[in-house]
Amino acid sequence: MSAESPEPASAEEQKDKVLSPEKAEEAKLKARYPHLGQKPGGSDFLRKRLQKGQKYFDSGDYNMAKAKMKNKQLPTAAPDKTEVTGDHIPTPQDLPQRKPSLVASKLAG
Amino acid sequence: MTPGFGSLMQDVLWCFSQVKGTIDAGVAESDIISTVEFNHTGELLATGDKGGRVVIFQREQESKNQPHRRGEYNVYSTFQSHEPEFDYLKSLEIEEKINKIRWLPQQNAAYFLLSTNDKTVKLWKVSERDKRPEGYNLKDEDGRLRDPSMITVLRVPVLRPMDLMVEATPRRVFANAHTYHINSISVNSDYETYMSADDLRINLWNFEITNQSFNIVDIKPANMEELTEVITAAEFHPHHCNTFVYSSSKGTIRLCDMRTAALCDRHAKFFEEPEDPSNRSFFSEIISSISDVKFSHSGRYIMTRDYLTVKVWDLNMENRPIETYQVHDYLRSKLCSLYENDCIFDKFECVWNGSDSVIMTGSYNNFFRMFDRNTKRDVTLEASRENSKPRAILKPRKVCVGGKRRKDEISVDSLDFSKKILHTAWHPSENIIAVAATNNLYIFQDKVN
Repeated sequence: MSAESPEPASAEEQKDKVLSPEKAEEAKLKARYPHLGQKPGGSDFLRKRLQKGQKYFDSGDYNMAKAKMKNKQLPTAAPDKTEVTGDHIPTPQDLPQRKPSLVASKLAG
Repeated sequence: MTPGFGSLMQDVLWCFSQVKGTIDAGVAESDIISTVEFNHTGELLATGDKGGRVVIFQREQESKNQPHRRGEYNVYSTFQSHEPEFDYLKSLEIEEKINKIRWLPQQNAAYFLLSTNDKTVKLWKVSERDKRPEGYNLKDEDGRLRDPSMITVLRVPVLRPMDLMVEATPRRVFANAHTYHINSISVNSDYETYMSADDLRINLWNFEITNQSFNIVDIKPANMEELTEVITAAEFHPHHCNTFVYSSSKGTIRLCDMRTAALCDRHAKFFEEPEDPSNRSFFSEIISSISDVKFSHSGRYIMTRDYLTVKVWDLNMENRPIETYQVHDYLRSKLCSLYENDCIFDKFECVWNGSDSVIMTGSYNNFFRMFDRNTKRDVTLEASRENSKPRAILKPRKVCVGGKRRKDEISVDSLDFSKKILHTAWHPSENIIAVAATNNLYIFQDKVN
C-alpha cells in the first residue's frame, strides 16, 4: 500500500486528506468490511482473546490431530494383542502418548 | 569506560557483540524466542521460547589479557520448562510457550527463576555441581551393587572434583490457579511472594506454598457480555512490597495498595491520558491497549508501551504521562492493513536502562528504538546478520515516510512486518542489551575505547 501522495483529487479524496491518517484508514476498513461491528474494542475482540487456544471437539480429536502432525502410524494390532483384548480394560498408560519435543533449543547449539 | 549510569545516549556507540541461533531459511515455530531477561547482577541472561525451552547464558569473566573484549555470554544451562498440555475439560490446548521469565535475587550459590506459560508457573533452581562422592562401600563407581560378602574393608567416601555440571530442577509448580491466560509474573521486593496475572485476575503466591494462592484483583464481570477491558500486564513496585500496578486493554494503569483491602479491585491511583473525542476512530482503543508496563529502577516512574508510543508516567500524576515517545508513528497510515494481518495486536515490550535515563523498545523490520529522556534524542538501530562483524558499530537507521527517499533510508512500504522485535532486555548496570529477533538473540554492547 503506498503512502498518500499529492495528486489531482476527487471530492472524496480531498475529504480524506482533511481527515487524520487514522480516520482515513478507518474509512478504508469500513469500505472493505461494511459489517464490522459498532463497538470494535468491545466484547468481540476481548472474547476472542480470552478464548485463545485451538479448540478440539474432544481429547480424541486432539490426539488424532497430534498423531497426524507427527505422521505417526496408527498402532496396528500386534500379534499378542489378542491376549490383551478381553483380558483387561486398557488404561491411559497403555495408549500411545504424545511425546513432547525433546529437541534442544538451537540457541544452545 | 564509564558504565551505564549517567551516560547520555550520544556518548554511546552500540556495537555488535554476539548473535545466538541459526540462520535457517524456515524458522520452526518452537524456536521463536518469547521472553528475554537478565538476572539482577547481569551475570546471567535467560531466554524462553515457544517450544517451552529455557536457555540460560552466563557472562564470561573478563580476562586481563584481552581488556578490549568485554565478557561474552555463553550457554550455561538449558532445559525444557513447560510441555504442551491438553485441558480435557474444556477441549483446549495449552501452549508450552514461555510467556515470561523472572529471576529471583540470588541468596545462595544456586540461581532461581520463575517461568510461566499460559496456565502454570514454575520455580526452577539452577545449581552447579563440581564435586562428586567417590569410594562408596556398597556400590562401585558405575553404581552397580557390590556383593556384600566380598566387602572386607570399610572406607569413607570422599568428595572428588568433577567436570562442572549445571543442573536445573523444578522446585515448585504453581498450577490450576488461572482460568485465563497468564500474561505477567512479578517477584515482590519481599522475596517471599510473587504475583501472576491473567486477562481478568491477579493472584498472589508465596514461594513455599503451591496449593494456595490469594486472588488480589478480579475484574471479571458477573455477566461476560459486559466485559469491556482485560488486564494486559502487571508488576510489583521495586521497593514497596505492598504496591503494584496493572495495565489494561483500554490504555489505563491502576496502582493498588495491598494494605487497603484483601481484594484490590478498588485502585489507589488511576492513570489515564484524556483523549480528544474528535480523534477517535475504530482503531483508537486497539492501539491504546497497553502491551507492557515497567516500573523504573527508582520506583518513581512507570513506563507503558502501546502500539505506537512509549509513555513515562510520574506516580504522582495520574492525569497524563510526563513523557510520550513516538516509536513508529508512520504506521498510523497503515492501520487498515495492520489490522488485516493482525500486526496491530502485536505486543511489544519496553525496558529501562540501569540509570532510568534511556528507554528502549522494539519495532518492525528488526528495528529497535532507544529514547534518551534527558536529551530527548532518539535512535533507531537494527538487529541484522549484515551488521554482525565483531565490534562493528551499529549504524542508525531511518524510515522514510514519503517524498524523496535518501540512499540509506528505508520506505515504510518496504518494512518487513514479519520481523518484529517484541522482547528486549537491558543489563542492570552496564550498556549491554539483548534483543530477540524471532529465533535469533542479538547481544550488543557499547564501544569500549
